[in-house]
This record gives sequence, C-alpha cells and structure tokens, in this order.
Amino acid sequence: MSRAETAGRVSPLWTFGLFRSELLTTFRRWRTLALLGVLAAVPVLVGVAVRIETGGDGSAGGGGGGGPAFISQITNNGLFLVFTALAVTLPFFLPMAVGVVAGDAVAGEANAGTLRYLLVAPAGRSRLLLTKYATVMAFCLVATLVVALSALITGALLFPLGDPTTISGTRIGFAEGLVRALLIALVVALSLIGVAALGLFVSTLTNSGIAAMATTVGLLTTVQILDQLPQLHALHPYLFSHHWLSFADLMREPVYWDDLTKNLGLQALYAAVFGSAAWARFTARDITA
Amino acid sequence: MAPYESDDMTTAGEADEPRSRRRRAARYVVPVTVMGVAAATIGLVPALADSGDPDLPEITAAQLIEKIAASDVEQLSGTVKITTDLGLPDLGGLEDSLASGAAGSGAGEDGSSADPSAKLTELASGTHTLRVAADGPDRQKLSLLENAAEYSLIHNGKDVWGYDSKSNAVHHSTVEESAKDREHQPPATPKDFAEEALKAVDDTTSVTVDGTAQVAGRDAYKLVVKPRQSGSTVGAISIAVDHRTGMPLKFTLTPASGGAAVVDVGFTEVSFDKPAASTFEFTPPKGAEVTEDSAPEHGRKHSAKPEKAPKSQEDLAKGLDGLKMLGEGWNSVATFDSGSEGGLPTGEAGGDLDGFLGSLGDQVKGDFGTGTVFSTRLINALITDDGTVYVGAVTKDALVKAADAGK
Repeated sequence: MSRAETAGRVSPLWTFGLFRSELLTTFRRWRTLALLGVLAAVPVLVGVAVRIETGGDGSAGGGGGGGPAFISQITNNGLFLVFTALAVTLPFFLPMAVGVVAGDAVAGEANAGTLRYLLVAPAGRSRLLLTKYATVMAFCLVATLVVALSALITGALLFPLGDPTTISGTRIGFAEGLVRALLIALVVALSLIGVAALGLFVSTLTNSGIAAMATTVGLLTTVQILDQLPQLHALHPYLFSHHWLSFADLMREPVYWDDLTKNLGLQALYAAVFGSAAWARFTARDITA
Repeated sequence: MAPYESDDMTTAGEADEPRSRRRRAARYVVPVTVMGVAAATIGLVPALADSGDPDLPEITAAQLIEKIAASDVEQLSGTVKITTDLGLPDLGGLEDSLASGAAGSGAGEDGSSADPSAKLTELASGTHTLRVAADGPDRQKLSLLENAAEYSLIHNGKDVWGYDSKSNAVHHSTVEESAKDREHQPPATPKDFAEEALKAVDDTTSVTVDGTAQVAGRDAYKLVVKPRQSGSTVGAISIAVDHRTGMPLKFTLTPASGGAAVVDVGFTEVSFDKPAASTFEFTPPKGAEVTEDSAPEHGRKHSAKPEKAPKSQEDLAKGLDGLKMLGEGWNSVATFDSGSEGGLPTGEAGGDLDGFLGSLGDQVKGDFGTGTVFSTRLINALITDDGTVYVGAVTKDALVKAADAGK
C-alpha cells in the first residue's frame, strides 16, 4: 500500500517513464520501422515517377489536371512534393500504419501475455491506456513527418526549389512555404487521431493483435468506401475520413479555415468517443493474459 | 487512490458479480454521453446562431431599392456560397464533352482549362464556394474553391489572368476598359443577381420588405420580390440587403412549385476593408502553361455570348435575331423561329441527338399544332413541330397559351 502511495506521489515522472518505455518499445519494433520505411519510400516513388515522366524539362504541366493534388506543380518546385506525398499517403498508407500500431497497442500485449505484467506495475489502467494512446499519437506525428521529410529531400534532390505559388495564385516566400508545409504535416498528423482512437478501442476488445489490426484497417477501408457513395451523402460529414484532404486549404491565400476546423473538430469528437469507450472497456475488463 | 480503483474492482468483481457488471456497464455511459452532447451541439448550434432577427429601423421597399442602387461598395472581400438547382437532367460527362466539343469547333484555338468562360459555366449546377475580393473597378479577384485546388480569375489593371491550380494552367487576356469587362462576366455574387432581379421590377411585381435577417454576421433587411400574375414559375425572390452599405448579401430564388431554391447565393463571410494589394498580384508560376488570348475582341465577344454554346445553342443564338416577346412582366415569353423544320434545332449533328432530346421533353398539343416542352424547375421551353421556339420562366400551360395566342 505504501509503495503504491509513493508511486502515486511521484506520478508525473512515473508516467513519463512509462511513456518513454512505451515509445522505445514501439519504435524499436521491426514492424514499426518497416512501416516507416514504406512511408518514406512513397514520396521517393512519386518523385522518381514524375521525374521520369517529364524528363526533367519542367515544361509538362500535368496536362488536364488529373492525378493527386499538387502533382502538376512538382516539376517546377520540389516543395510541392511534400503536399503531393501527404495527399497520396493520407487516404490509405498513413491511417493503415496508424491502425496497425493502434490495433496492436493493447491486444498485442494481451496476445504476448505481457499485459498482466504491465498492470502489475503500479500505474493504473487508465494511465496505461493514456500512455498507449499518447504513444500512438506520437507515431502519427512521426509517420507524417517521415513522409514530409522524405518528400522534401526527394523534392530538393530531383527538382528545383523556389518561391511557391499558392493555389489561389499568389506567391509566397520559400520560408513561408516551409512553414506551411510543417503546418500541413501537423494537420495531417492531427487528422489521424480519430483512427488512432478507433484502433485503440478495437484493440481493447480482443486478445488477438492480428484481429485488432485487421478490424481497424477493415473499418478504415469501409469508411473510405462509404465516403464514396453519393447515396449516403447525409452521412458523409460524420465519417472521419471525409475532411481529410482539407489540409490543402492551408495552401490557399488567405487560408480557408471552414473545412479545416470541421476536420479537427471531427477528429476530436472521434478521439473523445472512442477514447472513452476504450477506457470503459479496458478498465472494466478481465485481464486473463 | 483513485487511479487504482479499477484494479481493485476487477478482484472485487469475482466476489460480487452482478454489482460489478452494473458498474462496468456504467462506464459506457461516458462515451455515450460524449456522443449525445456532440449530437446535441451539432443540432443546437445552428438553431442558436439563427435566433434573433436584428432590430433595424423601418424602411419602405422603395427606400430599400434606392439604397441598393446607391450602394457604392468598392472594397470588399468575402466568401460566397452559391447553390443552383435548375432541375436540369444530370448530364455529367456528356455536358463536358458537348462543351469541349463546342470549344474545339467554336473557339477553335484554345481548349485551356484556365479559360474563364469554360470554367465559370461550372457554377450553373450544384454547390460551390467562391471567394471574392475587390478594390475599385480595376482590381477584382474571383476564386472558385475546389478540392485541393482553386480556379482564380484575377483582374488587375488591364490584365485578366485565369489560373487553374489543378493543371497549373494560366489564361491571359487584356482589357482596355476595365468596367466593361466586368459586365461580361457571368453573375457570381449576390449583388450581380440582385441587380438582374431588380431590372425586372415593374407593375406586375410586388416588392415588400419582409423583416430583417443576419447574413454573414451583418444585419440586413430582407426584400421580397414576387410576381403578381399567376403562371410564372418564379415563386419569390428574396434579397438580403446590408443595412449599412446597401450591398445585397444574399439572393434566393424559390420556384412557384415549391421545394429547394433554384438559385441561392449568399455571403458566408464578408468584410468591407481594403483587401491586401498582394491579393491581386499575379505572375504565372514557373513552368505553368500560359495561353494568351491573342485577339481580345474575339475573346470579349465570345464571353458575351451564352458561353461555350453547343451547336444547337449556337443555332438558338442565331435565331435570337428574330426574337419577339409575348406577354408582359414575369409572364413574358420569348419566341423565335429556329429555322429548322421538324422541331428540334439540333443542326446537322442531329441524328441520334434528336431522339435523345425528344425523350427528355413532353409532347403537347394546342391550337398552334404539336410540339415538345422541355421543363426545368425555372425555365420551360416549347419547340413546335414547325420550328418555332417559345421560352419563358412560366408554367407549361402558360407556355401553350402563349403559343396559341401567338399563332
């Protein structure tokens, strides 16, 4: 009892220690590193494809405006590869990686039989869950930054850099362009917290890590499909993926905030609903493994 | 000890099964409550925001119209939401191909996606968000917001730039008289629509002030324009006028048949401050594909016409020379001879298009003979078998009556 109370008093440090050890465990996994590697490869792939396609002469304007957002500007300004790479990875690669990590967070431990031992430590279940969620969110941020950085490096190597033109037609300085790229990366990372919370909730439901990951990725795909059906128009504003591409609004001049705030609000709502559902489930469940 | 209460509970649970199950279930109240609160907020916030029409001094309809006319807002920036529902059959890709086909044959030289006239026809259906900025008659900007892209039309001095960020294409033309050019642009702001509507005001119209409203956070009077006669498809036009500047902020046209508005244009955000000068500055981005409008005369004439008219519509435009108006006020019907026997003015491309168009219309009979009526929610058109066309914002019956009388 006295030990627990001592632990309770030094809890901020303790929580930090728990968070650090969780982070280390997560980022030392080969699986996590492989996921990050795949994410880093996507911008390189896009960059090389665009480079080969245009032959590097920078004149092909992407004719007709097909393809992912911003792709027609890449040849003229490598900075745009950051935006294109995020637009390409956000619908599937990024949330899938987050779904894998989030789905594994609790169920994986239960599956490996390590969850009991974690709970033996005087941390409390709520705090353990919070730490898990914080770790998943840290992964969201790291994954997004990996994509953005890889895109920036690839863009700088393959294409010229310069003052970018916003999609409203005005020109901004390169430094401001970088700031906006960073802001966009942050918004993209925040766009993923809804999926992260959903994945964590699914993870508390089962003892099988694989089942939790598969369910999360399955739900993700289902939601994306629902978002494509015009008949379900009324439902769309409530799907967590619906406003994802609104990050592009940060490249307007002035910035168009309507959809951005809608997106962030929706993510916060998903985080609150599924986060508390995960808490309700996790704190009340029998841990047998 | 609060953080550890959960651990205690699981061990206690074995001794006291039903009680603990209740406590477990009680935890799910939290997510359910969060969801309930969110749903209530989503439902309530618009209702709360809507409440309370502002108190403004009384004003007569005549005074309000004068106020609109006297409005001299030169500097503004804002966001406009435009929703049009003409009830046209959804042609989707077909419409595009017709338009691009016409672009090839009509305009000939440029099929640039940054061509203003091609781009702004998109406004004719669906919901769009526009951004407008103006600083005097020489500097205006109109941007059509798209998914992760934007189409901007920038007028600065004698340059008019069209920039399509999606394809990185630029369309450039020059104008000498700045004010002239603006009139050729299709209407996009509530002001443009309101001016068109007020042109139609005469003694067949009832104009009233119908209270006040809040539009884009500003107090506004509501002017309601209604046709007095029956037979018009126009139910009512409601214009919200800013009480301070006299600037129309919202324009809504509801059809007589009821249902959703045919046209609904309104500011969702507006500011009458001078926009930053950089808003109107445009230099084509490096590597952008720039299409020069080589012949300004041609360009201007072209955009003055119903833009990018498909072949059949070009025939219509030619026919407009022999245009006659029947009736008066809101029930006036335009009539002309399309010059093509057999009903539909589809030109030589007729053939299969003929049958297709026929299937869209209704066959009608009257003293004038037989013909086909094409209906939208606002405009109806009657094309008789001998090639006469009657068009108006009137009901089908009124159209037939006009045709009978015109015979």
